[in-house]
Amino acid sequence: MLNFRSPETRPLVSLSNTGVRRNGRWLVRGVEFSISRGEIVTLIGPNGSGKSTTAKTAIGVMKPDEGYVERIGGLKVGYVPQKLAIDWTLPLTVERLMTLTGPLKGREIEEALAATGMLHMAKAEVQHLSGGEFQRALLARAIARKPDLLVLDEPVQGVDFSGEIALYELIKQIRNRTGCGILLISHDLHIVMAETDTVVCLNGHVCCRGTPQAVSQSPEYLKLFGRRAAGTLAVYSHHHDHTHLPDGRVLHADGSITESCFPGDGHHHHEEGEDVHDHDPDCGCGHHARLHGYEQPEKRDA
Amino acid sequence: MLDDFFIRALVAGIGIAIVAGPLGCFVIWRRMAYFGDTMAHSALLGVALSLLLELNLMVSVFIVASVVSLLLLFLQKRGALSTDALLGILSHSALSIGLVIVAFMTWVRIDLIGFLFGDILAVSEADIDIIWGGGILVVFALVYLWRPLLASTVNPELAEAEGLRPDRARLFFMLLMALVIAIAMKIVGILLITSLLIIPAATARRFAGSPEIMAVLASLIGALAVAGGLFGSLHFDTPSGPSIVVAALALFVLSLLPVGRRLESASHFSNGGHQ
Repeated sequence: MLNFRSPETRPLVSLSNTGVRRNGRWLVRGVEFSISRGEIVTLIGPNGSGKSTTAKTAIGVMKPDEGYVERIGGLKVGYVPQKLAIDWTLPLTVERLMTLTGPLKGREIEEALAATGMLHMAKAEVQHLSGGEFQRALLARAIARKPDLLVLDEPVQGVDFSGEIALYELIKQIRNRTGCGILLISHDLHIVMAETDTVVCLNGHVCCRGTPQAVSQSPEYLKLFGRRAAGTLAVYSHHHDHTHLPDGRVLHADGSITESCFPGDGHHHHEEGEDVHDHDPDCGCGHHARLHGYEQPEKRDA
Repeated sequence: MLDDFFIRALVAGIGIAIVAGPLGCFVIWRRMAYFGDTMAHSALLGVALSLLLELNLMVSVFIVASVVSLLLLFLQKRGALSTDALLGILSHSALSIGLVIVAFMTWVRIDLIGFLFGDILAVSEADIDIIWGGGILVVFALVYLWRPLLASTVNPELAEAEGLRPDRARLFFMLLMALVIAIAMKIVGILLITSLLIIPAATARRFAGSPEIMAVLASLIGALAVAGGLFGSLHFDTPSGPSIVVAALALFVLSLLPVGRRLESASHFSNGGHQ
């Protein structure tokens, strides 16, 4: 009890060699990452690559069949699921949605709605909201309970480009203000939030990882997305050296097909030291140097 | 002025309507109407077993309905057949097995129509005690389970992620349904129990601004339907169950009239009128 710092420095969640198996098939395998307070981790990857499965395993909604998941005791999670359809027969206003999983004070509800720009919609029924408004309401609900860890599964789906930038700006502010850890799942394979500390690309396993900062500062990027987006979005450039076939086998870049894509099968290019990224070798993505620490020094602006 | 049996039926029926209201809201929010039907149909198997094994009627109906709902959960998790097909199989086979067992027991005479469609004459004072005792238990359990049940109705994974236990809430919900079916059987009858759950809740939707208001309104509308139906049943000498359902339907149709506070429902009605 004397050491107040130790719980702060322990990661909120860490996954070690985690795998989830359903109906005799591995949805995802060999996942390793951790999220600490104030850290943003973004999961990217193609459809069916195990992003949602990984996020659900991290927060205990799904149980790992291999490896283990460690969470600090009493971890408070705020969750925005990927799909949420509310039946028309359920009369639910934005205000009532806020206290869905736990009681809140009126002031806490107002603050969260104001932060997401949804205060004027407090009395609206959720079924009448647009896609972007609904996502904001869900985000408001998740932050109102002041979670230690915020898990956002494709929070910008159905939101247009400027709305996407605004939402990412908001997520950044939430992190800076509350200091919670954020696990973000991106719907885009290549574009992530610039504030992301670690990008983890999944493809049934951890394909690669790194930081997006370096890339977002590049002139090519600024030309492509403009100055406004530069502070918010980043391109995480990478290419996969193999494709997962529908039958579960793996097609490698050299044209060969194997039963699995685990390292040591002799088909992984990066094992031969080849650079699969076109970004800074200091990115810590693990392809340039194995087990290279990918934590970033404290350099956040308040 | 009114006969004792009628007062008893009224008290019992209103007791059932009060618990059926909030439970029925969950049935329609969770799209479980057919599920409720299946549990209710299995009640006849419970009746048959209670006669065969000389068990208490309500207890054996409660047990059979619970077992059927657990069986359904188990089969659903195995995922071999669609829920739709599973419900169809369980629902009608439980009803049929019950009817066959009853037919075999030539030494007992039971009023099958009374069990299927309800019989106000059958309500005793002991039944009223059980209905109100069980009803109070169900209401307390629902208040206690309200948040996890509502949250898991919106999204079970969200509820689970944020520390509620949706599986446990669902299990208790099934048991509450089984309990309500067991105590409601005498008034509305096995074939019509789900309508007492669904129709008042659907009627309440148009006037409700929150889940809690909808639950309370459903109880009130259900109580009104029971009173109207039982008076009709007495007046026209019709079976009590169908009379209550007809009264509930009348209220539902009234709720569709474009006089409510919701303009959307008004325009919806006038569009529907051209079909």
